[in-house]
Amino acid sequence: MRVGVITFPGSLDDRDAQRAVRLAGATPVALWHGEHDLQGVDAIVLPGGFSYGDYLRAGAIASHAPIMAEVIDAANKGVPVLGICNGFQMLAEARLIPGAHTRNAHQQFIRRDQKLRVENTDTAWTNEYSAGAEIIIPLKNADGRYIADAETIKRVEGEGQVVFRYVDVNPNGSMNDIAGVSNERGNVVGLMPHPEHAVEAGFGPDTALAMSSGTDGLAIFTSAIRALAAV
Amino acid sequence: MPTIVVEVMPKAELLDPQGKAVAASLARLGKTQFTGVRIGKRFEVTVDGPVDDATLAEIRELAVDMFSNSVIEDVVEITVDGVSADEDLR
Repeated sequence: MRVGVITFPGSLDDRDAQRAVRLAGATPVALWHGEHDLQGVDAIVLPGGFSYGDYLRAGAIASHAPIMAEVIDAANKGVPVLGICNGFQMLAEARLIPGAHTRNAHQQFIRRDQKLRVENTDTAWTNEYSAGAEIIIPLKNADGRYIADAETIKRVEGEGQVVFRYVDVNPNGSMNDIAGVSNERGNVVGLMPHPEHAVEAGFGPDTALAMSSGTDGLAIFTSAIRALAAV
Repeated sequence: MPTIVVEVMPKAELLDPQGKAVAASLARLGKTQFTGVRIGKRFEVTVDGPVDDATLAEIRELAVDMFSNSVIEDVVEITVDGVSADEDLR
């Protein structure tokens, strides 16, 4: 199983995403924004960071990068695509998922270990979680406020496209505490927190058990492997 | 060289945290006659050659597809060297 991780100018967590793919049991493939070549990968990760300095709008310029033509095509064919943080913003800008992101309501950059509830376990990226599971993974963003018009919010809520929801604290003013959203088909998922930073004990968020021992993000990557194996 | 100006504003119903921060600053300065601030974007696009209908059509498309995100923003004005080129922007 080969999972491509696309590097854009200003990507920060591409290497971390590659590591998460490897720890999940798949082969990471480094892809480059400026090429029109997905190298035949089975799934795609758009990593976090500040692509193109987040000038214009977060993720906006990246959503027009050369390789995004192939990503959009693959997503529409059912290839699993995960957007993390800046990648989530790219998916929204590319209209692969509904809604948009604005500056955090409190105007501050925020970084915290964030509790989430997995609201939909039928997607390509969440099938290894149990329904309603609560997980803790790191969050770090400035433009994380998920918004959409009332009709869209009603639709994504009604169709089960809300995949992750913030629990206890809404860190950025996102509507309905929405932390992650999928497309209608469930192969494209975007979320603001960073599962790739919670995949290896010793390097994850603190848990009640031990410091830095949280690995709640790993199941996102193993879910994609399972989804691909089922095809 | 002609310049095309595209102006983009956050949608009226949306929270504009930047504008709110500036408005709060004005209130702290005692300038209470100014009751609200909204902050948008202005794009100045220089064009090599004359601006014809095809150029304008392309700019209108870019204004909607790239310069703004219709989920959160509106293109409020397009002008060419100061002359309005608005045409069903909203």
